[in-house]
Amino acid sequence: MSATPANTTPGRGSLGAETGPARAWRWLREHAVNIVAVLVLVYLLIPIVLIFVFSFNNPAGRYNFTWVGFTLKHWAHPFHDTELTKALLESIKLALLATVISTIIGTMMAIALVRHNFLGRRVANVLIVVPMATPEVVMGASLLSFFLILGTSRGFTTLLIAHVMFCISFVVVVVRSRLIGFDRSLEEAARDLGADSFTTFRLVTFPLILPGIFGAAMLAFALSIDDFVISNFNAGSTVTFPLYIFGAAQRGIPVEVYVVAMILFFCTVAAMGFATFQQRRAEKMTAMRPEQEEAPDIALPGIA
Amino acid sequence: MVDSIRRRATAYFLLAPGALWLVIFFVIPLYFMAKLSLDTEIPGTLHYQFNWHWANYKEALELYDTQFFRSFFYAAVATLLCLVIAYPLAYVIAFKAGRWRNLMLFGVVAPFFTTYLIRTLAWKTILADESPVTEFLHTIGLAPSGHILYTGFAVIAGITYNFLPFMVLPLYASLERIDVRVLEASKDLYASAPSTFWKVTFPLSLPGVVAGTLLTFIPAVGDYVNAEFLGGASNSMIGNVIQRLYLTQSNYSSAAALSFVLMVVIMVVVIIYIRIAGSEALMGQEAV
Repeated sequence: MSATPANTTPGRGSLGAETGPARAWRWLREHAVNIVAVLVLVYLLIPIVLIFVFSFNNPAGRYNFTWVGFTLKHWAHPFHDTELTKALLESIKLALLATVISTIIGTMMAIALVRHNFLGRRVANVLIVVPMATPEVVMGASLLSFFLILGTSRGFTTLLIAHVMFCISFVVVVVRSRLIGFDRSLEEAARDLGADSFTTFRLVTFPLILPGIFGAAMLAFALSIDDFVISNFNAGSTVTFPLYIFGAAQRGIPVEVYVVAMILFFCTVAAMGFATFQQRRAEKMTAMRPEQEEAPDIALPGIA
Repeated sequence: MVDSIRRRATAYFLLAPGALWLVIFFVIPLYFMAKLSLDTEIPGTLHYQFNWHWANYKEALELYDTQFFRSFFYAAVATLLCLVIAYPLAYVIAFKAGRWRNLMLFGVVAPFFTTYLIRTLAWKTILADESPVTEFLHTIGLAPSGHILYTGFAVIAGITYNFLPFMVLPLYASLERIDVRVLEASKDLYASAPSTFWKVTFPLSLPGVVAGTLLTFIPAVGDYVNAEFLGGASNSMIGNVIQRLYLTQSNYSSAAALSFVLMVVIMVVVIIYIRIAGSEALMGQEAV
């Protein structure tokens, strides 16, 4: 963090005459906002550190809330608890399917909204925003009402339907922002060179929006695998990872849950790192084109 | 002409799967829930009959008005706390972090990488009696009884923590867009640091403030995980009630009525708020 002398009033306290405490006070005042920021960051990370530490805990009973002693045994056999493993696999299967479906139809929607003008575009935009502004309890409850009235039994299928439903909006928003910040002249060039619209899409548009699609897919996966509220309403007897934790919370959480949470954490961090690396590479490749002067930034609406 | 028809057809083809999914599994369920909220159960069966039974609303609201107001109160306090806590962090990331920026942004989203429920359970350990945090807060007089867990304080703390990134990210996004030259101009014109902040920086960051408060407030009102894990019997929120009525008591009509009221009240609050805070800043990007 760079120190900014901007906040000091010029002329106050010439450096030589300053006493120790005065200097410390001045330093503190100049850096106050930085210190607060770091403290907030620490606050955000404390629970993660705690989960990590408690994944090495060795509690006597099933309650992993107070520190007892250090052990590696839960890291050695994180998938020892069959109930937990089953729930985790269920969650992964569900998240993968929900991600694939919502990414495909969400991307299609984003393309329609950015690239096409049609009757009902406003309605479509509202349809995408409203689910994001609805509390999860309401979404979960209304979907359950729907299934109850239709007499549909709840299970994996209803969970998949629900997860795709709440992921679509987020996919559309992410892919759309990528499409908006996109140099249209590249597509025009392809057309001028005789490519039909499908070839243009396959060879030009798609590769360029791919990082956006990838980011959207990651977001959808993260939302799906972590969803508790909507799943709780529509799961029937199917148990996902968050539902397992909620159930287990009443009778005490096995330490393996903390281990699995940390494994998921590290996997996500690795995926994030990989995505950032890919994005950097993609940016480098576009930057190699001559005469590209910040066109994507200017194309972003809402800034001007 | 043919080309424009074909383009339009393509547009609807691209739009159809997603739009249909949202209509069938989001819009229609809302209608079904509204209908269910006006049903009465046929005694002895599990079947419901639609008969404009508005009394469901009256009964549900009379029974659960405390939880209803509590939810809005907890959510409002948590949103305000989030704003106060998040602003300095977003400010530093946007203007002062330099090469630490990406690392700090990573820190902001890192909580999302651990499961929501486990993060909340972690606070159970942090706020337990005899934990260093509780003892510290007791010493400085913020927790006079020495207990934090299973109080409203713990629930608000949990909500504040869990939705903080939703506040930091939009704040950062709008602060980062501010042209630094505007701030320099203010300084050149001899504005003091506080007056630069209140007259230039803060007004320019208002879109982020509006987006952040909405992204925090809306899920916070409906949240029931924090109240379930960190609160006691006297801290339950409307989400807990809806969940219990639907899933354990099978009192679907009351539950549907409560969900519907919750949705409508949130919508009204949000609309009034956007009217006051200026809709253009928020919706500018969405309405493209």
